[in-house]
Amino acid sequence: MSELTTTDAAELGRLLTAGEVSAVDVTQAYLDRIEAEDGAIGAYLHVDAEAALRSAEQVDAARADGGALGPLAGIPLALKDVVVTEGVPTTSGSKILEGWRPPYDATLAARLKTAGTVLLGKTNMDEFAMGSSTENSAYQVTRNPWDHDRIPGGSSGGSSAAVAGALAPWAIGTDTGGSIRQPAAVTGLVGHKPTYGSVSRYGLIAFSSSLDQAGPMARTVLDAALLHEAIAGHDPLDSTSIAAPVPVLAESARRGAEGDLAGLRVGVVTELGGDGHTDGYEAGVLARFTETVALLESLGAEVRPVSCPAFDLALPAYYLIAPSEASSNLARFDGVRYGLRVGDDGNRDLDEVMALTREQGFGPEVKRRIILGTYALSSGYYDAYYGQAQKVRTLITRDFTTAFDGDDGHGVDVLVSPTSPTVAWPVGARVDDPIAMYAADLCTLPASLAGVPAISVPCGLSDGLPVGFQVMAPALADDRCYKVAAALEAAQDAARGSRFLDQLPVRSAA
Amino acid sequence: MSTPSRKDRLTRDEVAHLAHLSRLAVTDEELDLFAGQLGAVLDAVAQVGKADVADVPPTTHAVPMTNVFREDVARPSLPRDVVLAGAPAAEDGRIRVPRILGEEA
Repeated sequence: MSELTTTDAAELGRLLTAGEVSAVDVTQAYLDRIEAEDGAIGAYLHVDAEAALRSAEQVDAARADGGALGPLAGIPLALKDVVVTEGVPTTSGSKILEGWRPPYDATLAARLKTAGTVLLGKTNMDEFAMGSSTENSAYQVTRNPWDHDRIPGGSSGGSSAAVAGALAPWAIGTDTGGSIRQPAAVTGLVGHKPTYGSVSRYGLIAFSSSLDQAGPMARTVLDAALLHEAIAGHDPLDSTSIAAPVPVLAESARRGAEGDLAGLRVGVVTELGGDGHTDGYEAGVLARFTETVALLESLGAEVRPVSCPAFDLALPAYYLIAPSEASSNLARFDGVRYGLRVGDDGNRDLDEVMALTREQGFGPEVKRRIILGTYALSSGYYDAYYGQAQKVRTLITRDFTTAFDGDDGHGVDVLVSPTSPTVAWPVGARVDDPIAMYAADLCTLPASLAGVPAISVPCGLSDGLPVGFQVMAPALADDRCYKVAAALEAAQDAARGSRFLDQLPVRSAA
Repeated sequence: MSTPSRKDRLTRDEVAHLAHLSRLAVTDEELDLFAGQLGAVLDAVAQVGKADVADVPPTTHAVPMTNVFREDVARPSLPRDVVLAGAPAAEDGRIRVPRILGEEA
């Protein structure tokens, strides 16, 4: 395996800027590795080697001409297939969009293009981002690089497998209920869900519009911060975009890596794996979590338990709100303007063609959620289900506010929990049991519902598989997530004498 | 074959009706499968009813939502040929759609 494919993105940026490697060298190294390894992993739905090399050549030519290039210019990148990309196939993991080439770029795709990043390809995902294992993809199963018989998490499982498997230096994922953080946790990556509204949703194929956020998945905290900064910022094309300046994140990560957390007030959420709330949590996950909380204390943090009682209802609230919004959002797939059309024989009317198209184009989990959402929104059930869930959402947000603001200003700066109750499970183990699948999101749902930022950073292994540690912060305080995560990463790397992913069993044939 | 749903919370007929409202031409096998699975899911999500939400306002969005205006300036739209290239059926520079009116219309 070429050393370039195990080099952190920040270091690649330095090597590229210094002219020590070319963008074509780096891109070719990744394309070679994808060619050799992705048959076994299945991270990518679409790779265009020629286009990637063309982009890389343009960056190299611009650099040779002495042009002013940004720090990310020439670094390859993978995008989750939920991000629309002009002229590049975009499916959201669904057959209903098979073969579609969007006529425009998502804002974040355009920003990354402008920054000079090289698009390697589009990564696999659960269909319309509905799932926690990527097994709901209509196209292929994606394997966890740590153990090919296990899932890479989801819904951004193609992105997590690509980055952990050295098939991309970093990638964009999206997170509606945990779809960046949980796959990052189970593949040993850093994954951050930004504050809702801080990264444009324009051009992300919508699942649940009040929850969806795009964010970085990377091998280090600093890399995640750099990628996050490149996609953040106000966008007039997204009406929910917050008009706030791009947050200073890479600097926070660098400061955090110095390892001083003196005075940081950390709340351990009782309802997420604490006393009396350990059902469904693996012992190995809880052990790594407890050790990591102790590590925070050794770095100077003041740790105390914090109760957030409404978090117990985050899962039922989420699985009403998200399907309800999905049933409305997915109405756009009507077989008229783009994508699949089935049964248009000149006799059938629009309704029949629409129903046949959606029946053939959507997979079972998408259908289940559309039907559930339609039920929760229907007359007679609205108040008991959707309306009630929205009120529970208020209670969850209030729990965060109480924890962060506290009484008389004695709140905590961040809340922490395990990222997911378990390590990666075997492929196929939960496909017939939606409830078991949904439980993977237990710890990530509260931050999604409240719109606050949350990061997952590796915190050790259980049975040889990665465990993630989640840090949640108040809205727009994403920098705290990066600072704390970087401190943990630096302390763990120093204790181990190597980077987290260096423990990954190398399965490369190259 | 019918998979009994837990507590029969959602009947097969109800799922069929919801599928129709959702414009999904589901199969008999799917009706059996979904009725059971959705019954279990409904049992789980019905726990939201446990919360005491008297006087609690609903949250529709995580950030305060205000209407956003932009200047009323004409901008180029997507090129027609590009949009039509992505349509399932195009004819005479337009998207061709299935019949939308009944025979009697």
